[in-house]
Amino acid sequence: MFGEKALELIRELQRSGENSLPPYNEDGVRQVLEEMLSLFEQNQKDVSDTVAGQTGLFAGVQLRHSALERNKRCVMAYLYNRLQHIRKLRWEFGSVLPQEIKYNMSEQEVQWFNKYNKCLANYMRSLGEGGLDLTQDIKPPKSLYIEVRCQMDHGEFETQDGSVIILKKNSQHFLLRSECEHLVRQGILEHIVH
Amino acid sequence: MSDISNLIEEDSDNDGEAMTAAEVLQKLEEAWLNEKFAPDLLENKSDIVDCMMDQLQEMENNIKLAKRGDFKVSLHRMEIDRIRFIISSYLRRRLEKVERFAVCVLEAEEKRDDEEASRLTPEEHQYAKDYQESVEMHMKNLALRHMPPNSQKMDPNLTTIRPNVDSYVFLKVNKHQEGVLVEEESSDAGEEVLDLVKGDQHIIRYRPISSLVENGSVTLM
Repeated sequence: MFGEKALELIRELQRSGENSLPPYNEDGVRQVLEEMLSLFEQNQKDVSDTVAGQTGLFAGVQLRHSALERNKRCVMAYLYNRLQHIRKLRWEFGSVLPQEIKYNMSEQEVQWFNKYNKCLANYMRSLGEGGLDLTQDIKPPKSLYIEVRCQMDHGEFETQDGSVIILKKNSQHFLLRSECEHLVRQGILEHIVH
Repeated sequence: MSDISNLIEEDSDNDGEAMTAAEVLQKLEEAWLNEKFAPDLLENKSDIVDCMMDQLQEMENNIKLAKRGDFKVSLHRMEIDRIRFIISSYLRRRLEKVERFAVCVLEAEEKRDDEEASRLTPEEHQYAKDYQESVEMHMKNLALRHMPPNSQKMDPNLTTIRPNVDSYVFLKVNKHQEGVLVEEESSDAGEEVLDLVKGDQHIIRYRPISSLVENGSVTLM
């Protein structure tokens, strides 16, 4: 059945859901592209046969053309949705991706991520004096200070007023929200809500 | 808000008009809410954003001069955090629209005459170009290049994402408006004209009132 492999690609993305990026299915994409090429060649052959006088081939040509369009649409959708997912990762994780996630991206996707990073960094740098990091302050500030607990040893941390805090596992601290927000997002600190 | 006015020595000049910091913040909040709820990219308010960022910088400098442990410092820090959040949220929402509607936005920029003001800041324009190019290159290299010759182009009619200008929005009326054309004359219904009274709230399609949002007669909520 034409277009089945392409549908598989889309299903793969849908199954993995919002939160994880499945590994780049290089084989799947390659198979869809090969199917497209073979459909196209068959069509070309049928078209030249029709020109030579044979009839009854039009239905086949139309069917293969539709399959071609569908395959193209599925592949583009697969690639585009992966890009959107990777873009979301930049806003969640910052400019350095954890190794496990990078493992699931193809080399071109890693390159796209770096390009996107550069684009974004250029834009953020141009805002105001010395730039504004738009990936901070994702949620409206509820309070100035927050109570956090360390999930892992993270060494020393210097606060805005100069005091140095040692982040040991399970230690609790009362810090300025703006300073430790990025650590909370990375999972190093856990925000304690009473 | 009087705290901020106390901290700031000079008035902020905006296009030759002196506005207090409080008024600029009010305008920023309005711009932020409008941008948040409008389906389309609105005019850029870079003068307000720049002004506010300068104020933030001044407030940060003034805090550094204050005594440690002074109670006012916490209040001002909170204000700084809040303002920074509003600015970030506003710019993020704009960036999101620029990314989604990159093709549309670049098209509109091409068509624009020189006298009309651009909706994009120059930095946003550059960002849209870079982003669009990176996505196209990626698609070309990974897929389009390997497809049969007839299919190697992306058809803009099929692939461009356009803002849904007909989506419904909530609005609040700031200035009285008579005779706003809501529905065009069609074979089923006559044209529908609405009078907007100050203080009223409506839910309405975005398209007929988009110009009113731009000139400030209504705010989205």
